[in-house]
Amino acid sequence: MSAMLETSGLTMRFGGVVAVDRVDVKIHEGELRCLIGPNGAGKSTFFKCLTGQYKPTSGTVHLREHDVTGWDSFAIARLGVGIKTQVPSVFDGLTVRDSVLIAARRRYGAILARKRTDEVLGRIGIEDIAGKPVGLLSHGSRQLVELATVVASEPDLIILDEPTAGMTAEETARTAALIRQLNERHAIVVVEHDMQFIRSIAKTVTVFHQGRVLIEDKVDVVLNDPVVRDVYLGKEPIRAAVGRVAA
Amino acid sequence: MNAALKTTWGPIALAALAALAVCWFLPATLELFALINATVFVSMAILALSLALVWGYGGILCFGQAAFFGLGGYTYAVAAINFGDTTGAVPLAILVPAGFALLLGYFLFYGRISDVYLGVITLTVTLILFKFINSTASDIWTIGTAPLGGFNGIPMTPPLNFPGDMTAMLMPDQIFVLAVIGLFLCYAIAKLILASHFGRVVVAVKENELRAELLGYDVRLYKLIIFTVGGAMAGLAGMFFANCVFVSPTMFSLSYSGQIIIWVIVGGLGTLVGPVIGCILLQMLTNWAGTLEVIDPNLVLGAILVIAVLLLPKGLLPTITGLIRRGDRS
Amino acid sequence: MDLALIVLLQIVTSIAMLALISLGLAVIFGMMRVINLAHGEFLMLGAYAAILATGHGVNLWVSMLLVAPVSVAIVGVVVERLIIRRLYGRMIDTMLATWGLSLALIGLVTMILGNTNTGFSAPLGSIAIGGFRMSGYELFLILFTAVLLAVVFVVFRFTRLGLIARGTMQNPDMAAALGIAPSTVYAVTFAVGAALSGLAGALIAPLAGVVPTMGTAYIAKAFITVITGGAAILAGTISASGLLGAVNTLGSFLATPVLGEVALLAAAIVLLRLLPRGITGRFLKGSL
Repeated sequence: MSAMLETSGLTMRFGGVVAVDRVDVKIHEGELRCLIGPNGAGKSTFFKCLTGQYKPTSGTVHLREHDVTGWDSFAIARLGVGIKTQVPSVFDGLTVRDSVLIAARRRYGAILARKRTDEVLGRIGIEDIAGKPVGLLSHGSRQLVELATVVASEPDLIILDEPTAGMTAEETARTAALIRQLNERHAIVVVEHDMQFIRSIAKTVTVFHQGRVLIEDKVDVVLNDPVVRDVYLGKEPIRAAVGRVAA
Repeated sequence: MNAALKTTWGPIALAALAALAVCWFLPATLELFALINATVFVSMAILALSLALVWGYGGILCFGQAAFFGLGGYTYAVAAINFGDTTGAVPLAILVPAGFALLLGYFLFYGRISDVYLGVITLTVTLILFKFINSTASDIWTIGTAPLGGFNGIPMTPPLNFPGDMTAMLMPDQIFVLAVIGLFLCYAIAKLILASHFGRVVVAVKENELRAELLGYDVRLYKLIIFTVGGAMAGLAGMFFANCVFVSPTMFSLSYSGQIIIWVIVGGLGTLVGPVIGCILLQMLTNWAGTLEVIDPNLVLGAILVIAVLLLPKGLLPTITGLIRRGDRS
Repeated sequence: MDLALIVLLQIVTSIAMLALISLGLAVIFGMMRVINLAHGEFLMLGAYAAILATGHGVNLWVSMLLVAPVSVAIVGVVVERLIIRRLYGRMIDTMLATWGLSLALIGLVTMILGNTNTGFSAPLGSIAIGGFRMSGYELFLILFTAVLLAVVFVVFRFTRLGLIARGTMQNPDMAAALGIAPSTVYAVTFAVGAALSGLAGALIAPLAGVVPTMGTAYIAKAFITVITGGAAILAGTISASGLLGAVNTLGSFLATPVLGEVALLAAAIVLLRLLPRGITGRFLKGSL
């Protein structure tokens, strides 16, 4: 099976801090991959390197046959990558329908885009708020609206940065179902740190720690790994926290 | 379809009616001097509309809209003097400022210069043009047969003639009607742009640049195009202004740039009609303040701007319509 | 040889002037992220304060070095209370409001004092350098600017006031944690910036000619200097005025003064294209 997205030796430095350190990750067509790791592990920086928001210091990002290292975000998106940011990035002044329509219209003509918009609104389950300005919606609804704009242009690959941040338990469950459903048609990369959520959707998990890939395996293997438990459940964060206080 | 009728074609039809009424009524009732003054107001209204589009919908706060206005006026004057005929001067008066906007915009947007710096750079470019034009008094600053004239400007700016017939000069009432048509066309074009997919993306970019980019839109290109359209409209405004008064370096001055922003912010950011109304009301106010000779017009304008920012951040038109709507509900 | 020396002195003068007129703006921008578009009018008010004071028999040096900064600082405090304070965090609105203030101040001064060119001649005579003469006052300006920059450095680096100011610059909550209201820090900062602008206005008055609209001649240069310099107040001002002052003088010397200014602007635009966050956004990070 050929790789759809592949990074090799991807490194991002900020001054003296190496946020992402020689990361090699391969995502296959149709895969659902979770990237997890404690706060500060480099997940979000890695995400921004993939999506063109940061230009990596060294290493490469390949998307199918294209070398997209250092490309602008819009150009990467045009290759069929849907990107959802951590803090919902939506058009506050537009209605839900117009937001989704603008997303769909990038790829489809006027009539087809309209059809696609209705379909996506239904699939994400937000037809009832289609006429409302996005700025007036609750945080959870905004997350769903953003997801709808991401899906609207039928991307082959969807990259989601903490899609459940700030959601209620019910909304989280709905999002998990949605992601499983989306995975039938799109390859998906989810950056998360909510373990419950990971457990409910994941197949393969890549664990980040201190800017590197700590382990990559099937979800139950990873979640039962003692090192991962240490990193996640205490030892490392506590030591780091103690270090900070002492300094 | 119904929605397009309500938000686009309806207002355009209303604007056409208003333009017809003004063209019918004003030339017949106003004295010559007042009519020429009215033409100045209309050219200013076009200028206000250009910034209303660029800032209110494109989210680009250009502190140097006067630069395109001045360039339009000077291009028209220089070309008309050289050609002896204004037929070719009019399109040049639109194309040269548009070209300048394209070049400047390329640096600003493709350099990904942030909002605030963008304001400062457009302001500085305008000031430099102002200084440059001011320093062209000597004879070496002559383009073809047209001396730039330094701080005196070009007093003999030729008025428009019938296309192709340089002996048939237009009368002030005809120029007034043309200016009103120009204003109407700019309004209609702006409305149609905003109703198109391109216009929706421009507004989306203003709402959230990152999201538009992540959806695959090259935001730099959209900003550049709307900025260029604004520059073209401001050039047209300068051309009409040159026809009523004459071109001089004050067209590039800071107080013009300031006034345009004041019209837009007082009239209402994010509307097209608001800035046009704001422009005409404030023009009348400053003209009146000028005749008093007690209060300096700059003091009036400056105070209005400060008060508008502090008390009416949404502008006059949205505030009034908001009040009316609230009144309706209760 | 003498010519080379004169050109060199011209360049240094130009750099000093740029640093002088930009410093007040740089302090306000660097500390408060406020773009004060009435900066040019603060210069103008300083110049008029000095002229009015000397007109009433105050000693020239006292007028320039004391009366001007103090009166403009008072104006600064009033402006901060009435306008700036209400708009913190709204950068664009602050720009618009201070622009309105700039227009209003021009109008007000024109109304009260008239639109005529006044001024006073430069003290200190001139100094012969070979076959050329150099104004003694310009030499004084160079030295004074150097001393002023040094004083600002010492104040920021070594005093409690400077520590609080730097803390607030990094993080507004820091000042609150030190038991000082951030609003006080901002008010003091704005007053200090205004005082520096008033001082600069008075000092350039003998060279510039004083009219109500004189601020517009300096504001663009000051802005371009501050923005090209980037976030660090002193390092940014010094590096940017060094570079742009040299470009300006060489342009003026090789062509005309207007082309010198065009060259300054062009250099600044190219620099911002290469370094969007200014010189100190890339180099000399974290300096003052």
